[in-house]
Amino acid sequence: MDSLRIICPNGHLGFAPLRVESFRLGVAARPGCIAADSGSDDVGPIPLGTDTSTSPLAWQTQDLEYMLAASRQLDVPMIIGSAGDTGANSRVDLYVQIIKELAAKHRLPRFKVGYFYSEVGKEDLRFRMRAGETVAGLEAHQALTEAELDATERIVAMAGVHPFIALLRQGADVIIGGRSSDSCVFAAPAIHHGFPENHAYYLGKVLECASFCAEPYGGKETVLGEITADGVEVTAMHPAQRCTVASVAGHAMYERSNPYFEHVAGGTLDMSECRYEQVAEKTTRITGAKFKPAVEFRVKLEGAGKIGERYVGMVGIRDPYTIAHVDEVMGWARQQVRERFGDTGYELHYTVYGRDGIMGELEPLRHRPGHELCILVQGVAPTAAMAEEVCMTGTRQMFYARLPDVKGSAGSVAFALDEVLRASPAYRWTLNHTLRCDDPLELFPTHMTTAGG
Amino acid sequence: MAATGTKKLSELAKTIRSKNAGVDLITFDIIFSDRATYERVKRARVLTRESVQRLYGLAPGRISDFVEFDPANAIKFTIYRLRPSGGPGDPDIFGAQQYAPLLDIEVPDA
Repeated sequence: MDSLRIICPNGHLGFAPLRVESFRLGVAARPGCIAADSGSDDVGPIPLGTDTSTSPLAWQTQDLEYMLAASRQLDVPMIIGSAGDTGANSRVDLYVQIIKELAAKHRLPRFKVGYFYSEVGKEDLRFRMRAGETVAGLEAHQALTEAELDATERIVAMAGVHPFIALLRQGADVIIGGRSSDSCVFAAPAIHHGFPENHAYYLGKVLECASFCAEPYGGKETVLGEITADGVEVTAMHPAQRCTVASVAGHAMYERSNPYFEHVAGGTLDMSECRYEQVAEKTTRITGAKFKPAVEFRVKLEGAGKIGERYVGMVGIRDPYTIAHVDEVMGWARQQVRERFGDTGYELHYTVYGRDGIMGELEPLRHRPGHELCILVQGVAPTAAMAEEVCMTGTRQMFYARLPDVKGSAGSVAFALDEVLRASPAYRWTLNHTLRCDDPLELFPTHMTTAGG
Repeated sequence: MAATGTKKLSELAKTIRSKNAGVDLITFDIIFSDRATYERVKRARVLTRESVQRLYGLAPGRISDFVEFDPANAIKFTIYRLRPSGGPGDPDIFGAQQYAPLLDIEVPDA
């Protein structure tokens, strides 16, 4: 095989639907593989914690249907990573079930569906920690303690290329992956077909977010990547989009702290010597990427822990005197919560829109609030009843705030709703860590089933 | 109004954006359409580790990376969040609206 072409129709399958026109053009180019990643930690810790998807089932199913129909028609592999936003086991099972139902719906001939799981059991991790293994913190996270492990609801490990390659070797026609590095979904088939790791990981890096590597800006459009022994070429499929040197190089920066390095299980892609060349109207060629294998095989872990049940309330303020003293208004309400519930055992958060609601302590203009404010109140507590009361007290008591010189003595805030509303439970990211593994597959058990026929 | 000979960064840059880079970091990209504009902003030294630290009121050590990325005509920096994304009270779980103060940075004429 001199080259392998892969199309990616969606940078986060399910989060918003793929665009059909450019997908059809991509399929017409007869790629050797159709692949997409379906996950992100951008959606926050709640889906992982509650074992749900943030993407609607209808959109997940729709994109899987387009991809499955095309891949079976071309008889080429379809590969999905990070099933159902989180890549948790229940999400893998969900996607495998969707594939089986779609196969039956379209009366597809029998084909092989490979899948792997990514969840890591808390007791497995505790056992490793007690055996002396350090679960090292990434970025702002400290090394994992057993207390943080206890506070964690669910953990997924971030797969590299290894389980995908294992399933391709077993002849999988469709692969549904647990949590995986985006780029590895695309690098795996390239490595499986014998292409150099240097180019294979770059191919994955450039394809992972679909048309985000093209211009003008427009998400959810299909792009086509082609790998040879000598480099990678990427082409926009949408008639109005192009992959340019600027758009492709610019994509290396997206969502990463450093544009030169991409870390995955098993090594680091070094893009500092990349060379970009416009080789056709819609195509840019990239050479010079280097994959550096890691000395120690470490896998990233993500974990979410529950803080409590949550209610939200909302108030408005128009009186300029009250706006100038809004911290005292919130302070009064907070004090009433404190007198009822004490200092700890719950959380009460105020977000002051019109002052620093979006940027908080980073807001340079927080000393210049607008002529009206909206304050979002969040009460979090172990039980729903307590969360409701924390939030209700923290909201309604703003109405009764005692400001010495206020003219309006009938109420310090405006209510659009004189109620507090149940929100999703509050979770936090407890794990953003790495774990050493002896075997690249040990956290990612693979399975094979069939669909259709 | 910008002083004579100066322009706002928003007039010079093609893209000014912010976004999560994992759960602990927010990364900022300022991308220019052409090399000359990019070089002009670099020469002006208005977008540096120090100027960003002042503009956002960041404590020393909050900036994890600051990169002038020539292949994309872009300047990029990354900051630590005080708490991981998506917890209660985080008003911007994608980190997508943290770039606004960059828009009005005054860039002197080259």
